[in-house]
Amino acid sequence: MANVIAVLEQREGALKRVSHEALTAARGLADALGGEAHALIVGPAGIDAGDAATYGADKTFMAADDALRLYQADRYAQIAAAQVGAGDYAAVLVPATALGKDLAPRIAAKLGCPLAADVTSVTHEGGVVVTRPVFAGKANYTLRITAQRCVVSLRPNAVMPAEATRSPAVEAVAGASGDKAAVAKTLEIKQPERAAQDVAEAAVVVAGGRGLKDAESFKLIEDLADAVGGAVGASRAVVDAGWRPHAEQVGQTGKVVSPNLYFAIGISGAIQHLAGIRTAKTIVAVNKDPDAPIFKVADYGIVGDLFEIVPRLTEEIRRAKEG
Amino acid sequence: MKIAVCIKRVPDSEARIKVAADGKAIDETGVKFVLNPYDEYAVEEALKLKEGAGAGEVVVVSIGPDAAQETIRTALAMGADTGVLLKADAVGLDPLPVAKVLAAELKDGGYDLVLFGKMAIDDSSHGVGPMVAELLGLPCVSAVAHLEISDRTGKAEREIEGGVEVVEFGLPAVITADKGLNEPRYPALRGIMMAKKKPLEVKDAALEPGGIEVVRLSPPAERKAGRIVGEGPDAVSALVEALRNEAKVL
Repeated sequence: MANVIAVLEQREGALKRVSHEALTAARGLADALGGEAHALIVGPAGIDAGDAATYGADKTFMAADDALRLYQADRYAQIAAAQVGAGDYAAVLVPATALGKDLAPRIAAKLGCPLAADVTSVTHEGGVVVTRPVFAGKANYTLRITAQRCVVSLRPNAVMPAEATRSPAVEAVAGASGDKAAVAKTLEIKQPERAAQDVAEAAVVVAGGRGLKDAESFKLIEDLADAVGGAVGASRAVVDAGWRPHAEQVGQTGKVVSPNLYFAIGISGAIQHLAGIRTAKTIVAVNKDPDAPIFKVADYGIVGDLFEIVPRLTEEIRRAKEG
Repeated sequence: MKIAVCIKRVPDSEARIKVAADGKAIDETGVKFVLNPYDEYAVEEALKLKEGAGAGEVVVVSIGPDAAQETIRTALAMGADTGVLLKADAVGLDPLPVAKVLAAELKDGGYDLVLFGKMAIDDSSHGVGPMVAELLGLPCVSAVAHLEISDRTGKAEREIEGGVEVVEFGLPAVITADKGLNEPRYPALRGIMMAKKKPLEVKDAALEPGGIEVVRLSPPAERKAGRIVGEGPDAVSALVEALRNEAKVL
């Protein structure tokens, strides 16, 4: 009877939402396989394992060590591979975050098994079957794992976390020492000056493009983002022009996003940008060119001068929220 | 300093992607192929490090079909010294067999640094770089946007959600490059001419089949047609109304 294990991600000792998503996916796959869903938490002492049980973990393994507060790739990978190797697991689920995208291939290499990266669903039909968008969403693969075991990383926001409470069962596991030769050490996480939501994780994204004419005009975008409680995004053109940091870029060479609400302001809609927003639930476009490709994917559009439209939009949304 | 850069030939980001008749791969007819954009940052970083050190060698390695020779020539035109094509007509979706072939090629090469792009923009696996590091037992930092190397140690910065991780490591090491690491140079005409004469070794890659099978490749679901709410600032009220009561997202 094969089980499933989710390797969870914590920040400052608390499990992230992506961990709940990975657990929900692990629970679903374990039920399909008729096995158990397990969780592995690597991090500092004091993390609440009950949180994992709430989202369906039959058993939680804890590698608790204050030296594991930050992501130490070698040790994290060693701990995870040892834990998976000691059990009977058909799949290892990892959130496809900055951490998971680094950790998942390491675990797969240590175990000598396939990696299906950044998937949007995982099921079981004569083997583990995943769907994964490729070419930044221009096409979707349905893939079947033919190996006994696999590592799967799960795209943030692809699975809705669902509570499925189990009684908490916790087992402590050793926190490996790390390969002596191959050591890289994470020293710190530098926080940005202004705490900003990540464009890939945000529920609302307000993105600006070349239509803003200069970097200073992004103030309009920031104000609207502030009014809707969203993250600021940017098109490739404005990132390449140096107006905005790459962390905000949406599209094939930036981030693929799936927010509830996406504002494209002064973005004409290059094919690589449209690919990156295809799974957004509602898209709003503001552009002066009625023939801009962005209007072909937008749910709602306003044609006109963004310098007149956006301040009014910010004001009306603020008023609507207060009312 | 001896540096290897592993690169991939991928469809251009502006390419329209169509599914082939067998429903399992893309139709390559009329698709323009380019050097993977993230690999351009890796090539540029290797060239900068070599130039900074005043001596060294940059070797470009790729797995792919014969046509990937062109992709390698692009990197040679940027300034890399030699190329190796590990020829494989079909490269599957499991990154591990690719990593194994590369690790075997790089193992005894005496490299101080092995660079990759953080991902290929076609299959977006983010997998091969860290896998090669594991197989070679080397330290690795992925998705690096800032890199400093002095003596035999390096410090790298990588973007994570809501912050920047700072990682220290010793050489030899594997680094995968993110956008922002540098500004890749364009090959100059002289570079393009010189690249034609640079050594490019072609050998067959012994790729294992891997553990991932394609069931199908499908186009994404079409978005249903939207509507223009109106023109100019007077349309804003109607938009806010629609977002609140129709889409229910405000």
